Amino acid sequence: MSKLLNIITSSDPEVRDTALAGACSELALPELLEECIALDQFRRETGNLYERVRALFFLSAIHRFHLPSKLDSGQVGLIPFEGQEHLLRRRFAEAIDVFHLAVAEQGASESLSSALAQSYHELAFQALAIQVRRSVRTVRGNQWMFRMGHPADHPLSFVEELVGPASGGVRRVLRERTPVRMDLSHAGWSDIFFLGMDYPEGARVLNVSVDLGVAGHDHGTRPPIEAHVRVIDEPVIALTSVDLMATARIGTVGEIFDFGKDALGLLKAAVIASGVVPPGIEGSGQRLENLLERMVGPGRGIEIVSWVDGISKGSRLAVSTNLLAALIAVLMRATGQTEALTGILRENERRLVLARAILGEWLGGSGGGWQDSGGVWPGIKLISGVPAREGDPELGVSRGRLLPEHHVFGEDEIPESSREALQDSLVLVHGGMTQNVGPILEMVTEKYLLRSAGEWEGRKEALVLLGELVECLKQGDMKALGQATTRNFRGPIQRIIPWATNLFTETLIARAEEEFGEDFWGFWMLGGMSGGGMGFIFAPARKSEAQKAMSRIMQEAKDHLQAALPFGMSPVVYNFSINHSGTCADLLDGKMQLPESYFQLQEKPAEGGRRASEVRSDQGALQLLLEENGFDRASHEAVRADILAGRVGLESNRLSPEARIEDVSPGDVLEKTVQSEAARAEFSRLGRESLAAGEVAVVTLAAGAASRWTGGAGTCKALNPFAPLDGSYRTFLEVHLAKSRKTAREHGCGLPHIVTTSYLTHGPTREFLEAVASYGYEGPLLLSPGRAVGLRMVPTERDLQFAWEETPQQQLDVQQQKLRDSSRSALLEWARTCGEASDYTDNLPGQCLHPMGHFYEVPNLILNGTLGRLLEDRPQLKTLLVHNVDTLGASVDPVLLGRHLEGDHGLSYEVITRHLADRGGGLARVDGKLRLVEGLAMPDAGAEFRLSYYNSMTTWVDLDHYLSLLGLTREEVMADDRFRLGRAVRELAARVPTYLTIKNVREARDQGQQVTYPVAQVENLWGDLTILPEANCGYFEVERERGQQLKEPSQLDNWLAGCSEFVRNLCEWE
Amino acid sequence: MIPSKAVVTAASPTEYHLPLQTLVDSEGVAKTALAIILDDLFASGIESAAVIIHPGTRDAFLQAAGEHAERLTLLEQGAPRGYGHAVWSAHEFTGDDSFVLLVGDHLYLSDERASCVRQMLEVAATHDGCISAVNPTHESQLRYYGAVAATRVPASPSLFLVHDVVEKPTPTLAEQELIVPGLRAGNYLCFFGMHCLTAGVMEHLGEEVSRLGEGELLELTPTLAFMARSEKYLAAELGGQRFNIGERYGLLRAQLSLALAGPHRDEVLTDIIEITAHSRPGCQSS
Repeated sequence: MSKLLNIITSSDPEVRDTALAGACSELALPELLEECIALDQFRRETGNLYERVRALFFLSAIHRFHLPSKLDSGQVGLIPFEGQEHLLRRRFAEAIDVFHLAVAEQGASESLSSALAQSYHELAFQALAIQVRRSVRTVRGNQWMFRMGHPADHPLSFVEELVGPASGGVRRVLRERTPVRMDLSHAGWSDIFFLGMDYPEGARVLNVSVDLGVAGHDHGTRPPIEAHVRVIDEPVIALTSVDLMATARIGTVGEIFDFGKDALGLLKAAVIASGVVPPGIEGSGQRLENLLERMVGPGRGIEIVSWVDGISKGSRLAVSTNLLAALIAVLMRATGQTEALTGILRENERRLVLARAILGEWLGGSGGGWQDSGGVWPGIKLISGVPAREGDPELGVSRGRLLPEHHVFGEDEIPESSREALQDSLVLVHGGMTQNVGPILEMVTEKYLLRSAGEWEGRKEALVLLGELVECLKQGDMKALGQATTRNFRGPIQRIIPWATNLFTETLIARAEEEFGEDFWGFWMLGGMSGGGMGFIFAPARKSEAQKAMSRIMQEAKDHLQAALPFGMSPVVYNFSINHSGTCADLLDGKMQLPESYFQLQEKPAEGGRRASEVRSDQGALQLLLEENGFDRASHEAVRADILAGRVGLESNRLSPEARIEDVSPGDVLEKTVQSEAARAEFSRLGRESLAAGEVAVVTLAAGAASRWTGGAGTCKALNPFAPLDGSYRTFLEVHLAKSRKTAREHGCGLPHIVTTSYLTHGPTREFLEAVASYGYEGPLLLSPGRAVGLRMVPTERDLQFAWEETPQQQLDVQQQKLRDSSRSALLEWARTCGEASDYTDNLPGQCLHPMGHFYEVPNLILNGTLGRLLEDRPQLKTLLVHNVDTLGASVDPVLLGRHLEGDHGLSYEVITRHLADRGGGLARVDGKLRLVEGLAMPDAGAEFRLSYYNSMTTWVDLDHYLSLLGLTREEVMADDRFRLGRAVRELAARVPTYLTIKNVREARDQGQQVTYPVAQVENLWGDLTILPEANCGYFEVERERGQQLKEPSQLDNWLAGCSEFVRNLCEWE
Repeated sequence: MIPSKAVVTAASPTEYHLPLQTLVDSEGVAKTALAIILDDLFASGIESAAVIIHPGTRDAFLQAAGEHAERLTLLEQGAPRGYGHAVWSAHEFTGDDSFVLLVGDHLYLSDERASCVRQMLEVAATHDGCISAVNPTHESQLRYYGAVAATRVPASPSLFLVHDVVEKPTPTLAEQELIVPGLRAGNYLCFFGMHCLTAGVMEHLGEEVSRLGEGELLELTPTLAFMARSEKYLAAELGGQRFNIGERYGLLRAQLSLALAGPHRDEVLTDIIEITAHSRPGCQSS
């Protein structure tokens, strides 16, 4: 029997928990390929969901990590576009079949393995998501809502207390008040549904329901979530979110299911999940008025209001899930689905609210863990997974049930004195960072199913620690509790996910230790990751002092890291108290008891819930910024005219459909394996000599705003402390400088390192480098500020449609897709209202500008005088190594430098064999001519899949040759005639294509809320220099570790496993 | 034991008139709803019946009972204190005997030769405890009825052993606690408005009445739920239809069904078709 299959199917826990990595390391290539066949066959045949999913994750990991290292590295594979199309349409099983066929035809290759790894990964998550959805639907108490499709069948009606008038003739308001939850331990994210359903014994969470107030602002604490409902004399469902300042009156069934239309998606999800407008009625064509008549009487409707007081997004207190639960609870009460209209809920009702909240989250396209509705329950509770038993819909499908069990600790278990001790020593804060925890939850799930050795040990340790935490609570020993939460954070949490911490958190912990010494008892991570909601435990005598200190420390740390990490708001310290009743309701006579802003909203409702655009940009500051950064108004107007006329647009980015796009021919690329030892030695000699002679400089392109890294938060990617390497968090910039340091020392040269910046990154980069003393870099370190800037525009409807319909788009999960479709129609409306191709000025000034593309990065060195000054110091300078900030493996490798010098090329581009994720063009023969083709220019979506090589963006530039393209000499550069230099750059730019691109930009709102808009900008790109015959470009293949770009946080785990060792070996930190 | 007494409730201050309305029975004879109910009871073997009425309606009920007036005991419920209290008002009439309980605003039409009451009494002949007639009801109608949690009695396809009784459950609760194996999804066993109850029910109601505070109402469901917990309590699915003449078009439905079940079926069908053919939406009555 297959060894790996045995791991999956064994009933012996010791075998079942074998780490895949260990098992694979013992297998030779043919055996591993045999195992892949057996696993693939197994996943097709087995009826057991979790065995199938585990087999899929095994296959994904084998193709990602274990197979490539055993394959012949010279084998170049082509990923069939047909498979990619299947992936985009979420037909993962079909994609796998296509890729397997390609392996049979071409032989196994790293490229095809990357495609298979991705497909298996996606198929595994799809299978898990389908199962959770099925389980949510089959929970008893939820099923009827999917059957109900006609108003006449609606079984619910509002209770008489709400329908009939109160004594004053005004109808009553039912108000639900709900605490939030903070988790003392989630035992290694064990509340992820997938984990709880596969490993119920290990799914245990200790969480506490809390009331909050903002320290220094509020007196005392209160349940921070409120949901109000009442019957109104208008046949609509009126929804208002007081904190989001959004309101809408809904008159049709379709609008209720339109989650993306406005900011009221959560309220709509609650209306559906509570059964008021059951999911079964979606698409029935029935009238909402008739449904409302059945529930509240003819001509009447319902008003629902939500209000979250003083907590911002990213608090890790599960605010949105508890708000959803509060809304569901109040609507269930109003429709008689609970025993009591007011007061606390019964245990079975709480469980139903939990099940409905899970349903609501699924409908709304989000989803947290199963502990998140913890605020519905009172006090301190242990939430545990439950093995599936006879009668459960999960039996035979998964080992555990969807819904956990809650044990609320009584006074006899955790005495009041302990609860008070917790309140007296914990400082609860929101650090201000807003990050997406989604990638972390996916990483946790995958690691669990692979039983990665460190992770598995960590998981077991976390369970032991949870027991210890309970014991500390029982004893009231907060010092021990602080030590245990810290051990949990330092141990299991970071062993499972190193990215759960970050430099900001580490800075806070270090400062707390520094200022409070022995009186700082420990750190407590809340929720999925740190940086937002966090706990710091202090000796009670110093708690008040610690609250003030933490406020100051957080602000200082945020000021220091503002440009490097995604902060959505200013840090906050909370007052908190344990809530002893859980969610609770009361009846109010008459008027809604809500802040004044609610009444203002009712007087002047905002259209569709999305606030009409407010001009938030300081126009004066924007103008100044444009002038400072060389904005060319005349060119801008010309571009606008071109966009409106359709001459510049996403469609015109593309090469003509008649263009012949072919893969490279033999000899076009100097392949990494096709060279003798002697040749390598010669390259190395040439490179070393050039280095020693001081002929080389490094140019790191760091003008970008890390839009993919932080989802458009406008931070500096170069300054992002992305990973701990050799014991410390390292920024991208530190890694690049550490490589240059090592190269310089090894070759006895001072290696100049230039970092290009833009209006967005220049100031923060300069200040950051001053603060860290340029990381002690010995060689010249120069910043090259941008000299070309554009003003973003509102996209045209044509380009938005093209972006969404004509370019390949990843189809999403059913509910998420619905969300995306509806938000797109709102965005089209936004574009029409604002004016197509009008200037985008409705944001912070820095967010309205854009760099003009990396074509300009090297010209900027010339325009801003950086190159001139460098040439004065180093007239021997001959070669520039230009690389992107996210290409962490790029370094001045003497062998590659020698290759470039020996090849006598003007520009030598490094390419890598294509992985599935390497999107955005490649090396091609276009009508027979070898050049790089940008993804934007590909005439059709499948064209780049016919190309073997992807451009890593790392380029060796012969300085004189490059200057000749501009028609310049070294002397002219040093003479610094700005007019002459500017004209030369413009002339060269005119010879390469101008692309229009759509970028997503975040607009910050109150309470850490953010809205993302697509904006248009134009760019010229560096790779298009290869169009120019006189550029004399060469291409050589480099290893994956060198060429891998780190674009998104979700790549971190793979990068750590596959590339970090390579990069570390290139670095010298001090 | 087969009961010989029956209790009919008609004491609602707002709906007491319902059993007094006149219909044409399946034989083509004009009668009040009350008389149709009593016909059915006495024809099935019941010997005496009590009707719980609203004060001041005695004469109207006596008149409505027609030929059955002499076999009838009319009992006034002083103040409306809930359905359970109305039933308890007949405790002296029932004494230590078991009895059939009907509601005055429901009419029944049997699908079989034996009437619904007769079918019920046949079950009672084999079982000494309480029996409630039930029928599978769609979840959209749950708001109108009491429902039972029950399991099937082996080898008796129309009998169920009742474990719990819930008044007007929500579909959510019904799905969690009232699913009966063998019923279609979304259908639950709801009361048919006809019960055969033991003296123990009156005894329990009596205890509850003694504890009833000022202004409080006593319902029957908690007592039935108590009986389900304390003794063998059966539910019987009868072959017949129930018509609530208090709901919108309830009287019309009852009348049509009665008419179609008798010798004038063709005449009535012809009338229905003619009415249908001439009908237009939006026509005003003169």
